[in-house]
Amino acid sequence: MTQSSPPQRPRWGEFLIENLIRVCGFSAIAFVAVIFFFLLREGLPTLGRVSPAEMLKQRWYPTFDLFGMLPLLLGSALVTVLATAMAVPLGLATAIFVREVAPNWAREILKPLIEVLAGIPSVVLGFLGMVAAAPLIQRYLGAPTGLTAFSGAMMLAYMSLPTIISVAEDALDAVPRSYRDAALALGATHWQTIWRVTLPAARSGVVIAVMLGVGRAIGETMAVMMVTGNAARLPLTFDSIFRPVRTMTATIAAEMGEVAQGSTHYHVLFMVGIVLFVVTFIINAIASAVVIRGGPKRGGRLLG
Amino acid sequence: MSRQTSEKIAFAVLTFAAISVVVPILLVLGYIVVQGLGATSWEFLTAMPRSGMKEGGVLPAVIGTLVLTFGTAVAALPLGVGAAIYLAEYARDNWLTRAIRLAIINLAGIPSVVYGLFGLGLFVLALGMGTSIVAGSLTLGLMTLPIVISTAEEAILTVPQSFRVVSISLGGTRWQTIRYQVLPQALPGIITGVILGLERAAGETAPILFTVAAFYLPRLPTSIFDQTMALPYHLYVVSTQVPGMPIDVQFGTALVLLALVLSMNAIATVIRSRFRRRRQW
Repeated sequence: MTQSSPPQRPRWGEFLIENLIRVCGFSAIAFVAVIFFFLLREGLPTLGRVSPAEMLKQRWYPTFDLFGMLPLLLGSALVTVLATAMAVPLGLATAIFVREVAPNWAREILKPLIEVLAGIPSVVLGFLGMVAAAPLIQRYLGAPTGLTAFSGAMMLAYMSLPTIISVAEDALDAVPRSYRDAALALGATHWQTIWRVTLPAARSGVVIAVMLGVGRAIGETMAVMMVTGNAARLPLTFDSIFRPVRTMTATIAAEMGEVAQGSTHYHVLFMVGIVLFVVTFIINAIASAVVIRGGPKRGGRLLG
Repeated sequence: MSRQTSEKIAFAVLTFAAISVVVPILLVLGYIVVQGLGATSWEFLTAMPRSGMKEGGVLPAVIGTLVLTFGTAVAALPLGVGAAIYLAEYARDNWLTRAIRLAIINLAGIPSVVYGLFGLGLFVLALGMGTSIVAGSLTLGLMTLPIVISTAEEAILTVPQSFRVVSISLGGTRWQTIRYQVLPQALPGIITGVILGLERAAGETAPILFTVAAFYLPRLPTSIFDQTMALPYHLYVVSTQVPGMPIDVQFGTALVLLALVLSMNAIATVIRSRFRRRRQW
């Protein structure tokens, strides 16, 4: 489309507003940079006071100036892995059901409910996890307390489900209809078509769904803080699943309110924030490399 | 095993998965409504908390959350819609645009507690705003920005190209076309997206922990530099920080927060479905 209107005198209002819009567009890049800059500014002074070797040790006792982050890193990893193991099969199966199998009436019920789940604040789920789920876990799984890594992972699994389901659904949606028609015409059953044709064709989108689910799980704060019991111990044995753990996010949220600005503890908590920022940045950068190739249409859905 | 049998088994598994996703959601909603209804009353909504929050109501937390949500909208709306217009109408397909998209996706992925840290570092300390409504709103606004941008862009992209072609062929400039043709058509979609973003902001706790939230402040804020109570933080406080808190206060707070957030969700859904039925293309 070429603009063939006759030359006009310059419109200053328009010039101004178009440049404002441009600035808004570029602002996203600036914000990521500014966020990272401020995390570094407040976090890097740690290095002058606590050596990196000490930060990788296994004791987190800020009152005694012991800032070993290993239990927090492993705590976050344990809870995230458990949550992913629960959420991915459940989320993918639900996405396939909603997109490929479910009758219309079932879809009309499922989709709004999943949207509602996405809207439930994490602090409400954490509260319910404490008063309703934890006692059940304690009674039926024989754990010494209901506030365990497992309880936290369950909450996280449900919180990352809406992300996984909606992104996987979009991926299935993007598979051309002709693929399915061809498989069915060759005599494949509905299920064979899904398993052998549709799902492999949607592979890259499914991978994105899983990664974004993982990203959400690592960064979740309130529900995890309320139900994992918050004991900074190394989760190394198998039964750690049913013991309290403490994640990086919960540590920041629980301790930042009580530290003095400029203290070592304050800077170390920002250091934990830097670790979280970098980990989620890498996960999202990989996912978005795949998305951006698929065009803006699919990128938009990821966030909503 | 025949193909038909394996199909039956597979579909049964898929159905079971969907049910096990949905049933806990219904249980959560049902449980909070049943337990919370007994605890909420007109007084609970409109009274100040008393006796260390164990009695009275949650008025300052409700007002605080509404104020913060409004502040979030003020912070995120112009910037988010501007960025969406840029991406949908101006951006070329080049490395810069790809970098912007990468940045937006990463903004959406930054953990909420890290936004809290950033808000503390920049707004509260470096800019000297202190723990205040303005610092909390800006933090929440930044967190909401990627949702606003992506939903608004999607709404703008659904406006058919013919609207733009006609406007420009009649001599309209690019901005006139956007202002008088594209934006009015995209408005319902933009509003839906903004409400969904605000819904998330209203329910967030971690970003307001160090930027605005007050533990116990039984009065209403009078300026944007005041601290304020907020519902999500209040629920966290009454359920974990105060021993001997009556369970009624906890469930009441949870129900009020859930009702507020889900009613925003409902409003967005209604706007979206009415818009889909009415639009002319």
